[in-house]
Amino acid sequence: MNSPKRTIIPFGPQHPVLPEPIHLDLVVEDEKVVEAIPSLGFVHRGLEKLVEKRDFIDFVYVAERICGICSFIHGLTYCIAIEEIMQIQVPARANYLRVIWSELSRLHSHLLWLGLTADAFGFEALFMHTWKLREKILDIIEETTGGRVIFGSSKVGGVRKDITPEKLAEIIFKLDSYAKEIKEITDVFVNDSSVKHRLVGVGILSKQDAYSLGAVGPTLRASGVNIDMRKLGYAAYKEIDFTPVTETSGDSYARCLVRIRELFQSIDIIKQAAAKIQPGELEVKVSGTPNGEFFARTEQPRGEVIYYVKANGTRFLQRLRVRTPTFANIPALVKLLPGCQLADVPVLVLTIDPCISCTER
Amino acid sequence: MKIFVMAAKVLKSLFLKPATLGYPFVPRVYYKNTRGKIAIEIAKCIYCGACQRKCPAQALNVNKAEKNWVINRLRCISCGYCVDVCPKKCLTMENTYSVSATKKEEEVFSGA
Repeated sequence: MNSPKRTIIPFGPQHPVLPEPIHLDLVVEDEKVVEAIPSLGFVHRGLEKLVEKRDFIDFVYVAERICGICSFIHGLTYCIAIEEIMQIQVPARANYLRVIWSELSRLHSHLLWLGLTADAFGFEALFMHTWKLREKILDIIEETTGGRVIFGSSKVGGVRKDITPEKLAEIIFKLDSYAKEIKEITDVFVNDSSVKHRLVGVGILSKQDAYSLGAVGPTLRASGVNIDMRKLGYAAYKEIDFTPVTETSGDSYARCLVRIRELFQSIDIIKQAAAKIQPGELEVKVSGTPNGEFFARTEQPRGEVIYYVKANGTRFLQRLRVRTPTFANIPALVKLLPGCQLADVPVLVLTIDPCISCTER
Repeated sequence: MKIFVMAAKVLKSLFLKPATLGYPFVPRVYYKNTRGKIAIEIAKCIYCGACQRKCPAQALNVNKAEKNWVINRLRCISCGYCVDVCPKKCLTMENTYSVSATKKEEEVFSGA
């Protein structure tokens, strides 16, 4: 008997489920995907090169704009790298505020992802309801930082904005009520049979594969590997008590569960930070220029981001290298696509939470 | 296996007001902190050019000789860095957004 005829189906760069352009050449036999060949480079902006022409203090605004969703943590990681090189001791209050904003950023990013995933498997009402909740988180962010998704509140040496104790108490009160609404909506993802039908057992990534392919974030933790960069204790995370969320099955459903449980974990972390934050300075004065190099690693909503910064004692950095979580997760995506049905590809691509403008910088 | 988990939520929503604002009849509420657009009190400006040098988007152009302060609203990313670096504190961040434009024109403020 002859082997089935192979066809190549182009997926993207423009596709209804893709918020950003990535192209996959899907080699299919009938309806089954046998190979996926990715190609990237549609939204490359050359931001790493720009570092040579921008003052190192000013570049934090550019770093924040590498991505529109995990923007705050991009800026934060850049600041951490510069602060480590210059040996700047950031005030404790600034560190706690950085934790609170990081977790608000994670909340809105995960809610965004849940909505997009619901949209990918055609559950429009769930998509709208999830984004309704996200909008409330965005309101808190806008109220405290001034921007909806681009926070602009981190700077080298501290933070630019403060949250008053009354405002913080109000945020905690709001988050408590939102937690109930989030529980209601995430119960649909966890329990509804039509949702489970699209997610359970689809796109399984084994623990060994996830680790050896260098996957990061929820994609890695859903396969049972307990790695979370927040455990390194950057900003004020060393003072926060939490256990990274892991699942063992490694399928799309597990990746969804990890993100859902991280929503509640983020709310808990914000509460802990709000309880421990003390009045104090927001920033320290930065003088001099950086000379040296540093690898900063932090946990974005999508996983670990690495900033390599090399400075040469001038106001302009010599080299900046950003390894974003989606870049690390693409090998895992290419591994989990073969064997799936063509109709599952959009959902599978989304389960790694692709952020392409991050990836291509 | 549960089915219709969403049904109660959807039915409840049928009797609620829309989650979106009924713009333009219901105005959008801006927060005090909202980074909307940059405003300048041109009489106080000394045309030092600090804002122009620091602007990450290169949206500002300051001409000391002609006493002009020019902003390209379409380039401005409303980061507020110019407000931070202004030595005379003549720049402020307003909490309403710039209105939509039909032409790509720069806004010129002249102190002369």
